[in-house]
Amino acid sequence: MAIGYYFIVSALLFSIGLIGVLLRRNAIVLFMCIELMLNSVNLTLAAAARMWGGPDGQVFVFFVIVVAAAEAVVGLALIVNLYFRRGTLDVDVPQLLRW
Amino acid sequence: MQIDFIAILPEIILTVTALLVLAADLALRGDAKQFVNPLAGLGTVAAIIATVALWGSERVTFGTMYVVDDFAVLFKLLFLGTLLAILAISWRYIAEHRFFQGEYYFLLLTSFIGMLLMPSSRDLIMLFIALETVSVPAFVMVGMRKRDLYSSESALKFFLLGVLAAALMLFGMSMVYGFAGTTDLVGIAAAISGETASVPLLLGSVMLVLVGFGFKISAVPFHFWAPDTYSGAPMPVAAMLAVASKAAGFAGLVVVAFIAFEPVADVWGPMLGVLAVLTMTVGNLIALQQRDLIRLLAYSSVAQAGYILIPFGLARTGPGAAVVNAAAIEAVVFYLIAYAVMNVGAFAVAIAVERRTGLRSIADYAGLSGRSPLLAMGMTVFLLSLGGAPLTVGLWAKFAILEAIAVDITLFGIVLAGFLVVNSVIAFFYYLKVVRTVWMDEAPAGLPQLQPGFNLSAVVVVLMVGTLVLGVLPGLVTDFSSVISIVAAG
Repeated sequence: MAIGYYFIVSALLFSIGLIGVLLRRNAIVLFMCIELMLNSVNLTLAAAARMWGGPDGQVFVFFVIVVAAAEAVVGLALIVNLYFRRGTLDVDVPQLLRW
Repeated sequence: MQIDFIAILPEIILTVTALLVLAADLALRGDAKQFVNPLAGLGTVAAIIATVALWGSERVTFGTMYVVDDFAVLFKLLFLGTLLAILAISWRYIAEHRFFQGEYYFLLLTSFIGMLLMPSSRDLIMLFIALETVSVPAFVMVGMRKRDLYSSESALKFFLLGVLAAALMLFGMSMVYGFAGTTDLVGIAAAISGETASVPLLLGSVMLVLVGFGFKISAVPFHFWAPDTYSGAPMPVAAMLAVASKAAGFAGLVVVAFIAFEPVADVWGPMLGVLAVLTMTVGNLIALQQRDLIRLLAYSSVAQAGYILIPFGLARTGPGAAVVNAAAIEAVVFYLIAYAVMNVGAFAVAIAVERRTGLRSIADYAGLSGRSPLLAMGMTVFLLSLGGAPLTVGLWAKFAILEAIAVDITLFGIVLAGFLVVNSVIAFFYYLKVVRTVWMDEAPAGLPQLQPGFNLSAVVVVLMVGTLVLGVLPGLVTDFSSVISIVAAG
C-alpha cells in the first residue's frame, strides 16, 4: 500500500486535534486534543521512517512518546490542582487571567 | 561509539548537582533546607569552570549530534552565569515563602541542563529533547505556589500553550524528516538545497518548526502566555523565563534556522523580519499601559525579543550570504548577553522590593530612592539600559543590530532599522515613567527602609557595574569572531 495514505491520515488526525484545541473549552479535553496531535506526529514519523528505511524516524517516535508521557504527568497534576482550587475545568470561566 | 566526556562535562556536573540537591533536601530538616542553594551554586561554579576550559576547542560527539564550539560555549557561559544570578536572588525569596525548596532547585537545575544542550544540538531529535527539558520543569516551577489560584492558573495556561506549540513544532519536524530522510541538521540543509523548486509543503513545515521556537521567545502572536505567566509565577522563575529560557529559544532558533533551513532563508528571513516588527511594536504599545511592574517587564521582554529577531530578518541564502548571516548571528549573540545582564538586574530589584511587602505595582516604587538608594540606582541603570541610553550596554546592543543591517543595505533592512529606532523612542516613555516614580514621587508614609540582604545587593551591584562597564567598553564581549563558525557549516 502506498505510504502517502499514512500521511493523509496523520494530517487528518492533526487537523482534528487542532480544531479540538480551538473549539473545546474543557482543560482535560484540550489536553486530549493536543495528545491526538502528538500521536499524528508519531504516525508521520513512523511512515516516513518506513519510506526512507532509516532508524532516525523510529527513534524519534520513542522520544516523542516518552516526552508526551512526561508532559501528561505534569499537565494532569496541574489540572487536578486547579480543579481543587476552582471546582471547574472550563477555561472560559471568568477568572483572574484573561485567556 | 566513543563518547567525548570532556565535551559534555558541564552537563554531567549540573546533572550530578541536581541529584545531590534532591538527596540533600531529603536529608535536611526545617530551616536547614535552604542550604541546598549554596550546594547548587557550587555545582554551577564547577560547571562554569568546565565550560571555560572548552573555549577555543571544537569537539564533536554522539555521532555528529552534539557539537561544542565557541558558539555553544558562549551560550553555555551565558546560561550558567544567569543560573548563578538566579540562585543568588532565589535564596531568601524561596526560603521565606515556604516553597518546596529541594524540588525548586532540582527543577531549576534540570531546566538549565536543557538550555546547555540547546546550542550544541545538531539534530532535530536533540533539539526537541533540549527544548522539552527546558519547558517541562518550567511548567511545574510556575505552578510552585500551588495554593494560590493565580499561580495555578498561569501554570495551566503556560502548560497548554507550551504543549500546543511543541505539538506544532513536532509536526513540522516530522514533515521535514519526511522530506529530507534524516534528522541531522547539516543533512537536512543538503537535502533541501537539492530541491529544484521550493515545495509549499516543505516551507509550511519549516514555518511550523519556527513556531515552536517563536513560542519560547514569546514573539507576537505567540506571546499571550508571557505576561500572565510572569506575574503568576514566583519572581525568580519569572526572571528565569524572561532571560534564560528566552535565550535558549534564540540559541535553538539560530541553530535550526542558520544550519538546517539556510537554503530557504529567502522565505523565513522576511517572515521573521515581519514578526520582529509586530513583536516589538505590539510589546511596546501594550507595555505603555501597564500598572504592574512585572507585567511591564513582561511586555518589555516581548518587545526586546522583537529587537533580537531583527537580525533574523536579514538572513538570506546564495552567494555572499555568509557575511550577512555571520553579522546577524553576531548581533543576536551580543544582544542576548546585554539583555541577560540588564533584565536579570531589573528582576533582582523587583524581587528586593516585593520580598517582604508583596508590593509590585509601579506606584509602589514611589520614593524608592529614599528607601534604598542602591536599589533605586540599580533600577535606573537597568531600565535606561533596556531602553538603550548612552553609557549603558543597551545602546551598544542596538548598535550591533544596526551594524548587522549596514553590512548589506536593503530596503527591507532600512524599514527594520526605522522600526527599531521608533520603537526605542516609544520604549523610553514607560521606562522613564518608572524612573520618574522612583526618584520624584513621595514615598507613602509608614514604609520602612528596604534591607535587600547580601545576595541581592551583590547581584544588583555586579550587574549594574557590568551594564556600565560594558556600556563604556563594549569591546570586552564584542570580539567574538569565532562564534560565527556555525555559518560555514550551514
